[in-house]
Amino acid sequence: MVVGLPLPKESAPLSDSPLIIDMRNVAKFFGPFQALTDINFTVRQGERVVVCGPSGSGKSTMIRCINRLEEHDEGTITVDGIELGEDTKDIRAVRQEVGMVFQQFNLFPHLTVLENLTIGPIRVRKMDKAAAEALGRKYLERVHIPEQADKYPSQLSGGQQQRVAIARSLCMEPRIMLFDEPTSALDPEMISEVLEVMVELAESGMTMVCVTHEMGFARRVADRMVFMEAGRIVEEAPPQAFFTNPKSDRVRLFLDQVLEH
Amino acid sequence: MATLRMRRRVMRLLTSRPASIAIYFVLMWGLIELALKGAEAMGYNWQWYRIPQYFYTIGDSGITLGEIPWGLVGTITLSTLAFGLALAIGLLVALLRLSDLIVGRAVARIYLEIVRNMPLLVLLYVFYYVFGPIFGLDRYSASVLCLAVFHGALMSEIFRGGINAVAKGQWEAAKSIGMTTAQIYRYIILPQSIKFMLPPMTGEVVNMIKSSAIVSVIAVVELTTIGRNIISDTYMSFEIWFTIAAVYMAVTLIISIFASYLERRYAVQD
Repeated sequence: MVVGLPLPKESAPLSDSPLIIDMRNVAKFFGPFQALTDINFTVRQGERVVVCGPSGSGKSTMIRCINRLEEHDEGTITVDGIELGEDTKDIRAVRQEVGMVFQQFNLFPHLTVLENLTIGPIRVRKMDKAAAEALGRKYLERVHIPEQADKYPSQLSGGQQQRVAIARSLCMEPRIMLFDEPTSALDPEMISEVLEVMVELAESGMTMVCVTHEMGFARRVADRMVFMEAGRIVEEAPPQAFFTNPKSDRVRLFLDQVLEH
Repeated sequence: MATLRMRRRVMRLLTSRPASIAIYFVLMWGLIELALKGAEAMGYNWQWYRIPQYFYTIGDSGITLGEIPWGLVGTITLSTLAFGLALAIGLLVALLRLSDLIVGRAVARIYLEIVRNMPLLVLLYVFYYVFGPIFGLDRYSASVLCLAVFHGALMSEIFRGGINAVAKGQWEAAKSIGMTTAQIYRYIILPQSIKFMLPPMTGEVVNMIKSSAIVSVIAVVELTTIGRNIISDTYMSFEIWFTIAAVYMAVTLIISIFASYLERRYAVQD
């Protein structure tokens, strides 16, 4: 498992690690509206990719295709060696390896925090209850809220709920984590506690794809920036080049807008 | 100005609790008075003293239950069996309607349209006079199946509403940890839809008990059939129908009270 094993950046050059996500010529339609056009997007194991762009540019749709919350209409998507298609067993196998954190947390309100964390390991991984609870408590510790195990989600603050959601995904011990605007629904004073957990996760060597407008976070952890507009990938670059010398004017305009504050 | 204030004062007085209770009693007294006067006018001979024997008799061997409690047992057994079956049918039909299976959705729609557009009495005749001989159903099985099929259709809509009321994000979160559709329904969606389904489901339990009276037309032993039998022996139609109505009311009121307790309990959870 990658989680928990610190993987120093220097020791493993990313260009040598295997491709874990491979999207080729992907297109996606919502009725007549084309949400994604000719997406070629790859992620290597251990890589941290930040996806940004104006709203409605297809960022969320793209990462939701990776665990097939959205079905792509054209092209191929291969995740951890499995090509996504109609086979529901394959899809579930991929989903077990791909954690996802949502903008709206989506915690299970009828379960306690600990039950939220253990339901996946118990029902999907068929782990016994005691082992799953030990695992749950370990990850609750990692997101810095071990004392909230027996509360219900509605009793927690937004930042705490989002950290529980991150822990819930980590309990499946995934190889990849997807973040879909994880801080966009949070009050400003709670954003940093969630970002802190995400930075720690990045430093542990987790493969991450984050859709976010948090450019400070992107600068700090990203190996690569991806900029999307109107359903296409417009620019892909290492953060240094992306922030200081973007190739397209559109990226420059976007950066001016988000970095102004 | 003054009249407006007067009107408000009168409204407040009329809607106050003591006034409401007084108005209620006056109305009830009026209704009962009307019924009694009417009965008197047609020379009806009230024989309320003969009613208790149909509830219980005290003999040498202790208390023996009369026909009405047995009829009530019949009604409750019939309703419970039919309700259990209707729950299963309702859930199955709701899941079919929400599924990706085109055939499943079509079958569910056809079933719903047929049942919703047919009077319960006709459906009962179909079950008893048509399906009865074909499938060898006795009158009791035919009654249970008919009630289950009829109420299953209504319940499937309650299930569907309850399932749809659960936020879409719950599906996505459960899918993203690799759960199967069956697991998602069982552990995530259905437990959360209970609180949306409880109020209308209670209504269905009450409806089920009330509509179970219809099987008296094919002489299945239950409360209404018992009422008819007693009347054909004694001609005390006023007393017996009042009594039978009161028994139905008592049962359904108890269910409603229990249900509102359950609702409060489930509401506390979030």
